[in-house]
Amino acid sequence: MTGLLRCCSAIFPFLPDQASTHAPSVDDLYFALLAVAAFFVFLIFGLIIFFSIKYRRSNSSADRVIRRTDFLKLELSWILIPLAISIGIFVWAARLYFVIEEPPKDAMDIYVVGKQWMWKIQHPEGVREINELHVPVGRTIKLIMTSQDVIHSFYVPAFRVKQDVLPGRYTTEWFQPTKVGEYHLFCAEYCGTSHSGMVGRIVVMEPQEYAKWLNSGGGSPMANSGEALFQQAGCASCHPPGSGNRGPSLTGLFGSKVTLSDGRTVTADIDYIRESIVDPRAKITKGYQPIMPTTYRSQLTQEQIGQLIEFIRSLGSNARQATGGGK
Amino acid sequence: MNGEAVYPAVNYLNNGYGVKSWLLTTDHKRIAILYLLSITFFFFIGGFFATLMRIELAVPRGGIVEPETYNKLFTMHGITMIFFFLIPSIPAVLGNFLIPLMIGARDLAFPKLNLLSWYVYVVGGLFTLYAMVTGGVDTGWTFYTPYSSMYSTSMVVPVVIGVFITGFSSILTGLNFIITIHKMRAPGMTWFRLPLFVWAHYATSLIQVLGTPVLAGTLALVGFERIFHVGIFDPALGGDPLLFQHLFWFYSHPAVYIMVLPAMGVVSEIVPCFSRKKIFGYKFMAAAVLAIAVYGFLVWGHHMFVSGQSVYASMVFSALSYLVAIPSAVKVFNWTATLYKGRITFGTPLLYAFGFIGLFTIGGLTGLFLAALAIDIHVTDTYFVVAHFHYIMVGGAVMGYLGAIHFWWPKITGRMYNEAWAKFSALILFAGFNLTFFPQFILGYLGMPRRYYAYPPEFQVLNVLSSAGASILGIGYLIPMVYLLWSLRKGKAAGPNPWNATGLEWQTQSPPLTDNFETTPVITSEPYEYDINSNVPETTAAAAQREVTHV
Repeated sequence: MTGLLRCCSAIFPFLPDQASTHAPSVDDLYFALLAVAAFFVFLIFGLIIFFSIKYRRSNSSADRVIRRTDFLKLELSWILIPLAISIGIFVWAARLYFVIEEPPKDAMDIYVVGKQWMWKIQHPEGVREINELHVPVGRTIKLIMTSQDVIHSFYVPAFRVKQDVLPGRYTTEWFQPTKVGEYHLFCAEYCGTSHSGMVGRIVVMEPQEYAKWLNSGGGSPMANSGEALFQQAGCASCHPPGSGNRGPSLTGLFGSKVTLSDGRTVTADIDYIRESIVDPRAKITKGYQPIMPTTYRSQLTQEQIGQLIEFIRSLGSNARQATGGGK
Repeated sequence: MNGEAVYPAVNYLNNGYGVKSWLLTTDHKRIAILYLLSITFFFFIGGFFATLMRIELAVPRGGIVEPETYNKLFTMHGITMIFFFLIPSIPAVLGNFLIPLMIGARDLAFPKLNLLSWYVYVVGGLFTLYAMVTGGVDTGWTFYTPYSSMYSTSMVVPVVIGVFITGFSSILTGLNFIITIHKMRAPGMTWFRLPLFVWAHYATSLIQVLGTPVLAGTLALVGFERIFHVGIFDPALGGDPLLFQHLFWFYSHPAVYIMVLPAMGVVSEIVPCFSRKKIFGYKFMAAAVLAIAVYGFLVWGHHMFVSGQSVYASMVFSALSYLVAIPSAVKVFNWTATLYKGRITFGTPLLYAFGFIGLFTIGGLTGLFLAALAIDIHVTDTYFVVAHFHYIMVGGAVMGYLGAIHFWWPKITGRMYNEAWAKFSALILFAGFNLTFFPQFILGYLGMPRRYYAYPPEFQVLNVLSSAGASILGIGYLIPMVYLLWSLRKGKAAGPNPWNATGLEWQTQSPPLTDNFETTPVITSEPYEYDINSNVPETTAAAAQREVTHV
């Protein structure tokens, strides 16, 4: 059945490219839904037209004697059958949704900052892009995204993925490109004047081409930029490498469990680390004082926060649940 | 009934002349006319904005209007059509006019409150019009934060005030209907003898009363954040943008049922009449509108699947969204079954009812696509959603509204309209509608986002088809204005019951007396007692109507 549907997808001219591992699965579900919808449309339209012709007033010879009075079974059947179909669709779609929403552990992280009206991309190796994202085919990519201002949404129709990009927190989306080529990138959450100008392209390359492109891109790795910032912004004075001082140690912090002063335990994922930088009084690590300056929120750009996170990740991490990025 | 129908000398329309007798009326029928005029005015304003939008979208790179203007156009199109046309439409015009008649009452429970609700609507409308002419608003009708509360430089506060005020019109109407239906039914009019139109308005009124206050509060909070910079929704001030979305959609999802349930009530009146057969499954139909009203409050998160909401919340909302589709499906099957073994004539109201059933079915089925989580990720915020909701709101609710206007026009005005022109516009509307909105499903799956002023050139063909359809749709809306107004002067007198329909409203003269009934009726029969074996003669007017067209 899936084979037949894939065949249809290949010739049906009203689909975008299937360029990710998600795309054929989403399209299969879409075709199944189209079949269900077409069935009911033809059924209802057909019956209405048929009854209109057969039982039109001028057809006096039609048999209009109604022989039943109890239609309970009929009513129940057209409650239960749609219910069963609905449950089937829900389960199929929900399972696929889980796959699309849960990034694999070995994904390559790329940082995205959305702002009115452009997309700013940072590769961990340091290369930056505006409104373009170069990725290697066949590799699992996870985007770590935030907004500088209003809500945006990172939408790649060819990959069948979309995720709103919010100010004040990280959201993530993942995909594995399967076809070399260029694909549309659209902002899909209305964000003001140039919402329809906040578009670009995803460039999927052969791995060797991608490596070459990365090397020629310049810029130092995010973790290195992060380390430089860590010194310049004075973080090192309270969080010296290795052991803590006025502030807790950051070695091995990434992904670990942190006990707070109010007794709660949280995971040091990217949202936690970001919050600790821009809103340090929100969560206090047990045994420490709330003395971290609150000025970093206005001093650091979103890109710089990403660099600091990559630096902290490089200090050792618990890979498990490291990049929660809240869904 | 023998001979030609006579236009009654004394009726609610000539009971008092002059502006004061209209602007200070407490007659539910005159208030219905006041609403009819005001919502028609807003409909053409909203339609004007849509016309400009579709002209702009015929070209990929734009250039007809500025981007900022385009953003204001789609915002104001949505606000006008939803708050100032669709939500009042059937309830404030047909509900107001017919509910007392259908239950055998002289007026609603609170006639002065009814008039107040119209004035509240007008004041809200004036605020919004003021905002439109002094710069417009560009946030989208959904007012997402922090764009609306902190970034937009458009007239957000006046519009938010306007919608806030108009919401009270909706609440007061709903309150009036609920109390009227409980307390003012004539002797013998038990709950299960009520026409389904009344049941549908009862369910709608529950939503209006319970849901609208949440919108009012939410818009007030947006206003506070905007004026006083209180951190509610903007993270920069310590707020949460998703909080806005939850609060907004908690009302705005049930709001779509405010728009569609009354139209379903209309279809349940028209189909039995033109099939000469009682509605199939009356109790299931009544239960279905109540079920839709209740479930409708539980599914708002399906507008937020990609918003950053938790995966588990999304799964719950998706499952519940499938539940709400079931009672709607039941209604479609029951209307179809009503036709079975009927004696069908194809008057204009039935054409609109068929239009509703067909287009609502397509719109509703595409709701299944959107409720499917994995598909929604791809199509949310695209033209797929735009097509889906226009199928329901235009193909469904507006067709239902026009069907109601054509079915009860003889009762409201005492006149018949030209049946040939009426059928012709119904067909034009059906064709124009599908040409406008079907291509948008395809555009959406191809990936064209909504609220886009400019788009990649490969989307142009489908956009041009859609714009061409819109021009046909526009013509279809203009033609009824002509023949309906013409009928006021030159239309044949309708008589009390030109359609030979059941229902108390047809047992009085057309137009009715101010007090509706000369004596309080006593009800002894079940609803929809169309007996196809009886020889109930048609009135001459209806026979003449039929002869003009013989379908």
